[in-house]
Amino acid sequence: MREITIGQYIPGNSVIHRLDPRTKILITFAFMVLLFVIDDFTGYAFPAVFIIVASLLSGISLKYMIRGLRPLVVIILLTFVLNLFMIKGRVIYEVGPLDITYEGLHQGVFMVLRLVMLIVGTSLLTLTTSPITLTDGIESLLKPFSRVGVPAHELAMMMTIALRFIPTLMEETDKIMKAQMARGADFSSGNIVKRAKSLVPLLVPLFISAFRRADDLAMAMESRCYRGGENRTRMKQLRMTYADLVAFIATGLLAAGSLASRFIW
Amino acid sequence: MAAEILAESVYYQYSQAKDLALKDINLRIQKGEFVAIIGPNGSGKSTLAKLFNGLFIPAKGSVRVDGLDTRDRENIWKIRQKAGMVFQNPDNQIVATVVEEDVAFGPENLGVPPEEIKKRVYEALKIVELTDFDQKAPHLLSGGQKQRVAIAGVIAMKPDYIILDEPTAMLDPVGRREVINTVKRLNREEGKTIVLITHFMEEAVQADRVIVMNRGRVVMEGTPREIFSRVEELKEIGLDVPQVTELAHRLKGRGLEVRGDILTIDEMVECLCPLL
Ligand SMILES: Nc1ncnc2c1ncn2[C@@H]1O[C@H](COP(=O)(O)OP(=O)(O)OP(=O)(O)O)[C@@H](O)[C@H]1O
Ligand SMILES: [Mg+2]
Repeated sequence: MREITIGQYIPGNSVIHRLDPRTKILITFAFMVLLFVIDDFTGYAFPAVFIIVASLLSGISLKYMIRGLRPLVVIILLTFVLNLFMIKGRVIYEVGPLDITYEGLHQGVFMVLRLVMLIVGTSLLTLTTSPITLTDGIESLLKPFSRVGVPAHELAMMMTIALRFIPTLMEETDKIMKAQMARGADFSSGNIVKRAKSLVPLLVPLFISAFRRADDLAMAMESRCYRGGENRTRMKQLRMTYADLVAFIATGLLAAGSLASRFIW
Repeated sequence: MAAEILAESVYYQYSQAKDLALKDINLRIQKGEFVAIIGPNGSGKSTLAKLFNGLFIPAKGSVRVDGLDTRDRENIWKIRQKAGMVFQNPDNQIVATVVEEDVAFGPENLGVPPEEIKKRVYEALKIVELTDFDQKAPHLLSGGQKQRVAIAGVIAMKPDYIILDEPTAMLDPVGRREVINTVKRLNREEGKTIVLITHFMEEAVQADRVIVMNRGRVVMEGTPREIFSRVEELKEIGLDVPQVTELAHRLKGRGLEVRGDILTIDEMVECLCPLL
């Protein structure tokens, strides 16, 4: 439970770190779309170079990012194996009743590449952007939609509070768990039903305390004059700079290049 | 305009409760004072604190902060800016994931311009002596540090009054000392009016004035020396007196020539030496 690090952020002061969060969110989004639009290997050379350049600029080693794939290794392997066997075409090898086809191999490698780049690309965003800046970016990007009913400020506030309380609640879970274990509770043996049941004495106090915290926090926020997003100013203003412009242009070139490549080859 | 918090015949009742939580409260807290409120559990201290900054509105009577009536919804934000509040549980009043952002929360809500907020955050952190912690995550701080972040968050709103509801109840002795020293400094050096609700008599002793509550009423009011010399009355409503005061009281009971209103160890030493 302790290993979960949401929005794991590596503090730094690189060019990538200093980009406006809105720039990074938009580029990540464009990058994801691009990965799904491109459907040939040559096209993928562009996003691959893009990731490598971005990681060099960010000062976060590619090795570190690849290591971040480890928890997802099963999904990646599964994607590969499924593609390998399920796609019909020219058979190149037989394993018992299953055929490995040339098309399957091609597609399998391609899908794995797509998945890996997707994960590494998006993790570059969270690795170089602190959660609070990310939240500010999302709020600012959603703001134009608040006129059509998107609660931009409220969503951002919810995210901030969630991020703030995740460690507190984890600590509390740990404490309750230890307290219950001291009284003989057993969380780690028995079948699924038994284990689920053993969670009840953990979840009940946790929920009660979470509601009590919510109540306290609402009171504290009110007494600090919180009244929603209206007329609220922010200490940190988001500001686009020259670097953001460069990043957008680079992304535009990347998209153009990878889409054009299919006509050239 | 009166520079004071004024409660006049205040009654308060919780909607689900049978009994009144507060009965006929009349209090005046003047600018610059350091007032401690003590009282047994359930005597209405927290309820009173929440009436002081308009979180609760009196059922009967009125509470006025610098002449602004809390019943008037128009005044509510001005009142909350003037009378800041620090709560018991440090974890449940910190909103942001970075110290500096949390201190900025109040001024942001008030619509203060960004440059001014930065200045205020820096100054507030300096006052609570946490300047080097501005980029830290609050959950990694000690209890005393968290509580000082909460205090900084209030200071940054530039209040005249700071109401603290048992700010030290969940802290270890070190954290408790940090917070109390900060509170004293706010009063002496920054000229803030302090209302400190506490269960620790040693903290109440440091105030200019002590208010004792019991069952929703104010039952005693006076200087710490006046209040704590009334040992029997305090014990009757289930309150302690500072340890030295207790000792002096017992020695006096045994017939020794000791003053009954001793509050500090130094005073005790002074009093006992001639007897040896
Ligand atoms: N939300 C509530 N609903 C109903 N009754 C309440 C509520 N909160 C407090 N009370 C009651 O109001 C009375 C005063 O409570 P209050 O919390 O002000 O006491 P307190 O002096 O702060 O006590 P403590 O020392 O335990 O903090 C108590 O009798 C309490 O049971
Ligand atoms: Mg209380």
